[in-house]
Amino acid sequence: MKQGPFDRGAIDIAWCPGCGNFAILNALKAALTQLGISPEQIVIASGIGQAAKMPHYVRTNVFNGLHGRAIPAATAIKAANPGLTVIAEGGDGDMYGEGGNHFIHAIRRNPDITAIIHNNMVYGLTKGQASPTSSLGFKTPVQVGGVTEEPFNAMAVAIALNASFVARAFAGDVDQTRDIIKAAISHRGFSIVEILQPCVSFNKVNTFQWFKENSGYVEDSYDPSDRSAAFNRAAEGGKMALGICYVNSERSCFEETLSPYSEDSTPLFKRDVDMAKLARLVDSKRQA
Amino acid sequence: MPPAVVGKNGDISVVLCGEAGQGIQTVEQILTQLLKSSGYSIFGTKEYMSRVRGGSNSTQIRVSSHRVCSPVDRIDILIPFDTKALEHVRGRIRADTVIIGGKKELFPAGGADHFNCIDIPLSEIASQVGGAMYMNTVGSGVIAGLFSVDRQRLDDFVAAFFGDSSESVIEKNRDAAARGYDAAIKIIEDGRIRLDVSANPEVENDILMNGADAVGIGAIAGGCDFVASYPMSPSTAVLVFLAFHGDEFGIVVEQAEDEIAAMNMTLGAWYAGARALVTTSGGGFALMEEAVGLAGMIETPAVIHLAQRPGPATGLPTRTEQGDLQLAMYSGHGEFPRIILTPGSLEDAVYLTHRAFNRADKYQVTAFILTDQYFMDSYYNLPSVDVSGLRTVRHIVETDETYQRYFLSEDGISPRGIPGFGTGLVAVDSDEHDENGHITEDLDLRIAMVDKRLKKSAALENDTVPPELIGKDDYSILAVGWGSTYHVIKEALTVIGRDDISFLHFKQVCPLHRSTVEYLKRARVTAVVEGNATGQFANLIKLRTGFDVHHRILKYNGLQYTVEEVVGRLSKII
Repeated sequence: MKQGPFDRGAIDIAWCPGCGNFAILNALKAALTQLGISPEQIVIASGIGQAAKMPHYVRTNVFNGLHGRAIPAATAIKAANPGLTVIAEGGDGDMYGEGGNHFIHAIRRNPDITAIIHNNMVYGLTKGQASPTSSLGFKTPVQVGGVTEEPFNAMAVAIALNASFVARAFAGDVDQTRDIIKAAISHRGFSIVEILQPCVSFNKVNTFQWFKENSGYVEDSYDPSDRSAAFNRAAEGGKMALGICYVNSERSCFEETLSPYSEDSTPLFKRDVDMAKLARLVDSKRQA
Repeated sequence: MPPAVVGKNGDISVVLCGEAGQGIQTVEQILTQLLKSSGYSIFGTKEYMSRVRGGSNSTQIRVSSHRVCSPVDRIDILIPFDTKALEHVRGRIRADTVIIGGKKELFPAGGADHFNCIDIPLSEIASQVGGAMYMNTVGSGVIAGLFSVDRQRLDDFVAAFFGDSSESVIEKNRDAAARGYDAAIKIIEDGRIRLDVSANPEVENDILMNGADAVGIGAIAGGCDFVASYPMSPSTAVLVFLAFHGDEFGIVVEQAEDEIAAMNMTLGAWYAGARALVTTSGGGFALMEEAVGLAGMIETPAVIHLAQRPGPATGLPTRTEQGDLQLAMYSGHGEFPRIILTPGSLEDAVYLTHRAFNRADKYQVTAFILTDQYFMDSYYNLPSVDVSGLRTVRHIVETDETYQRYFLSEDGISPRGIPGFGTGLVAVDSDEHDENGHITEDLDLRIAMVDKRLKKSAALENDTVPPELIGKDDYSILAVGWGSTYHVIKEALTVIGRDDISFLHFKQVCPLHRSTVEYLKRARVTAVVEGNATGQFANLIKLRTGFDVHHRILKYNGLQYTVEEVVGRLSKII
């Protein structure tokens, strides 16, 4: 097979055979290739979990940090060097459970990064406990009587908070997933892509077939700029909407609001401290 | 009645005390600057309750003919804003403490005669001006008058200080200051009081700052261009300082949603080439600990300003303690080296914070600057801080295609590339990783990587700030301290005045300088003076050197040592 710019060659991959992550990996690499961004200019930050191993399988810069903390790291990477394309990637437990606070505040902060969140409605790496998105009644070795907590509806939360870009994809459809990732990366602002994905080892309820039957793309006439309609669609039961659910291009992104970049886009590492100015600051302490 | 002569060796301790919201802090800001510009050396420190209104807070301003940098118990002039204030400092009122205030206001039930009280009805004067809110400015005027500050200078200063307020508020404050000033002149002219202190034109042009300013200046000198933090007393002042100067120096300033985000942002920023600082206090830092481990694992530099306050948990939020040395020392799980710097003076804070950035970058470790509430909030004047020789040294390399972030080098330090600078790729991983930064479970590689990270300890030990010896080399008694107790122990030894006692101050406690044990062995008696309940530094010395210090002088009531207190407690063991 021809080596693509983001292929790492023959490496050991820690995912189970048949895992939806393989399809997401292919969709991501295809999206990055089609966008024509060079691997040196991309950083994929991730947390912990099977989904968070993704950056190790893509030939690019990697910040594989702590469980739940990909978004703050990614936000700062982008703020330190706005020229980079920055992606934060992880699973539903990583992003919605451990990192839920960062997810919420990143929507408010609106950094120009893309969050790719694999949602398989179960904890894989810790072997089958409930995740924040597990369905009511879902039985696990810990939730022995079934899940009693309302599943976290990230799409509805994101739209309620007026997120900049909210989309959902299905790992079973690599081409659409690729295109949605491309649109998310191209969007200026915080872009959320939740990817529905079966877990072949630990989720025997939400299978490939289940996702096929319980999700569907938004119709051609769907207007992703209509926030109320988007919220209603995200909040109502029934089939989970796939596609670009909500876009708000009006919001300024975090880096644009930072004063170091108001007149100069030079990344921080190429700047020097103005020591004469600092000496003047010290001198200013002579007078009230 | 002869005038009350106030002051001791040209040094006067003024204490103002009132409720939160009565403007004690405003008085402090006005007076420290005004008195310094009038040629007095100043030391200002405050103690306050964790509330926005009410309670009793006090601020001490030492006004002196010579440089003073530490708190004293002694109160020469007390200005209580209410009766509660009088109670708050009652234990420190001596026969010769002059209390200035309205006798009827302060002693509604009588009893003023038991004190050396000079009647200036601050509250009544404030009412005449326009309300109780002007009491603090009346008090400022009184002090300015007592110290013979130029009347015009006071007026100009007050007008400028309240410059952002409405015309009427400015005018009323000027009026309040003038009335206070005149009242003070009158008691001097009436022969009620005489101040034994003289101005020295040399200090008029000194710089005046507090610990937070000094850490902030040091950070900028160290190339700090990114700060993400979550507000927490007493560390917030550094965040405020950097935010205030952020536009001027091109600093990304972000108030994170929590300390966990702040610390992970700090690491993301360094990874991408920034020089980031996080400023926090005990409880907030506890939340950052996992990311301290991440910094250790991915060998991304980090600078943490940890301003201590008494814990555990919320503890005493607005008080001081040196209780988090162990926390910083052992924070983060797993084994990895770190640097802990402990400034004692304002110059230390500038130079050590600058150093923290360069050393964190050079050795790819976390560098802590350990201060405390007392240090953050205390002011004094000093001739200057020379920043001209300070340089930001960046230890990053331009990568090529063969770049490996964790190349197994001789000294354990792998050249640090950053994404987007060069043609190589930079991968870092919180998992154990290979030389390329990718996840591994190769257990031989695990040993190689642990050894590589720990090898940096040797380099760090060769690049440690030595302790400063104050006093003669041939001491028989050695007092030992670290961090913010520097000036108070130094002054206490001057007061004791014996040439067989010296003081060893540690500006870096990790790694501990290798000269430490030699200094200790030369003394017949050693005593560690520190602000915690268990003797954390004494324990550290024992752990690192095997040396048992003879005495532990400890304090943990939330207040800094005073000179008298150190004198008293040292005197008992010498």
